[in-house]
Amino acid sequence: MSYKAKFRVWRGEGGEGKLEDFTVEVNEGEVVLDIIHRLQATQAPDLAVRWNCKAGKCGSCSMEINGKPKLGCMTRMSTFSEDETITVTPMRTFPVIKDLVTDVSFNYQKAREIPSFTPPANVQPGEYRMQQIDVERSQEFRKCIECFMCNNVCHVIRDHEENKPEFAGPRFLMRIAELDMHPYDVADRKDAAQEEHGLGYCNITKCCTEVCPEHIKITDNALIPMKERVVDRKYDPLVWLGNKIFKRSSSKS
Amino acid sequence: MTQTTADSPARRQRAQIKERTLRTDQWWRYPLVTFIIFTAFLVYSTWAIFDTSYFASPYIAPYASPCLATSCPEGARLFGLAPFGDWYTLPPGLLILALPAGFRFTCYYYRKAYYRGFWLSPPACAVNEPHGKYTGESRFPLILQNIHRYFFYAAIVIGLILAWDAVLALVEKPVGLGTLILVVNAVFINLYTLSCHSCRHITAGRLNHFSKHPVRYRAWGFVSKLNAKHQQLALISMFTVVGADLYVRLVAKGIVNFPFA
Repeated sequence: MSYKAKFRVWRGEGGEGKLEDFTVEVNEGEVVLDIIHRLQATQAPDLAVRWNCKAGKCGSCSMEINGKPKLGCMTRMSTFSEDETITVTPMRTFPVIKDLVTDVSFNYQKAREIPSFTPPANVQPGEYRMQQIDVERSQEFRKCIECFMCNNVCHVIRDHEENKPEFAGPRFLMRIAELDMHPYDVADRKDAAQEEHGLGYCNITKCCTEVCPEHIKITDNALIPMKERVVDRKYDPLVWLGNKIFKRSSSKS
Repeated sequence: MTQTTADSPARRQRAQIKERTLRTDQWWRYPLVTFIIFTAFLVYSTWAIFDTSYFASPYIAPYASPCLATSCPEGARLFGLAPFGDWYTLPPGLLILALPAGFRFTCYYYRKAYYRGFWLSPPACAVNEPHGKYTGESRFPLILQNIHRYFFYAAIVIGLILAWDAVLALVEKPVGLGTLILVVNAVFINLYTLSCHSCRHITAGRLNHFSKHPVRYRAWGFVSKLNAKHQQLALISMFTVVGADLYVRLVAKGIVNFPFA
């Protein structure tokens, strides 16, 4: 069964632009990205949208649908009523290249700032031995498809552009947590998480978790555990004393 | 035709959307409900701390337990002790108020809730906050949220004392509505305490080699299951503690007065 839906889509280059109204056909089983493609095919051939897999696995078609960050390919039209006007805009936190396509290079810059996996110097590739229970906690974070909707929705940079130099965003704080929890990573990441990547800016309001299309518990399983690890290092005198008395390594245990 | 290149200044701008949010759902409900419930909790707590009807043998109101002043009735004192002498004339609840209050104030769930509901930072996801500047928990005073684990240690003690109060009530008045209410409250208070993120970290979350610590790993698994329900337990325990406290006070005032009260 098909019907005509009312769409408002952001059109423009750079930051300049406006919402344009369209009336477009919708068929049963379609998703928002299908409708955007129909607009391209029928009414707005120069409408720019980034997409790739149409299966919720590439993270390309991140956009804001009725104000909420979502993947266009995973947002079913059946979740809207037929008389509803659906507003589609680009991700707000990143600069617009054209229409729905944003420049997400902020995220690649932040990724480069995090030191990569650092194994012990005396362990050669092929010699790693670890049990499943030691790595499965951080395997959850490997599900990330880098749609960057968590960084987009995080108010620390969404509402405060000036915080971008100091704040890596949930996606990359999760990456730091993943590496810090890894049994074979020896780099010290706790001080850097707080001082260089802005973990202290996070006020754990859980929007990153709410929008994650992979349902990764970013806040509960990555950011809060990382905050607790930072507390061990920087703010807990008892842990500091215990490390001194028992001569424990304070970085990895 | 203007060509947009990688170096074009225009490319550095976000979409200039004037609306604070384009969300069409009732995003304001969560912060509003949070604000109302927490405000009611604060108002009740303020009244309860200064209310003197906190003991109706064998029940002691949770807000006044442990009762540590000589002004406490004999049966209300923890193990009969009253370390604070006659010089202390303020309500006994004030002596321990900071511990459970601090635990809830620095709790990761409550932080989320009141940052959204009271400070509007942000009021809801993808809804612009009204503040011009934001430094989060990176500076004083909010950097003090990092002492949460110390309040957790205190909350463990408070939880055990409330459980002890429930056991005493169970022994002295096994068939009593108040006993049942205190037992239920003690269960939820302790579940909430154990589900704490700091507890999860201390149990084994700080380790990277679970396989070397099988007992701690099992404990971590248990706490992790509770932790997934931390928000629910935080709210349920808030209602049970208020309910239990109010019930004991109503019994103490004689307002609730029936054989199995």
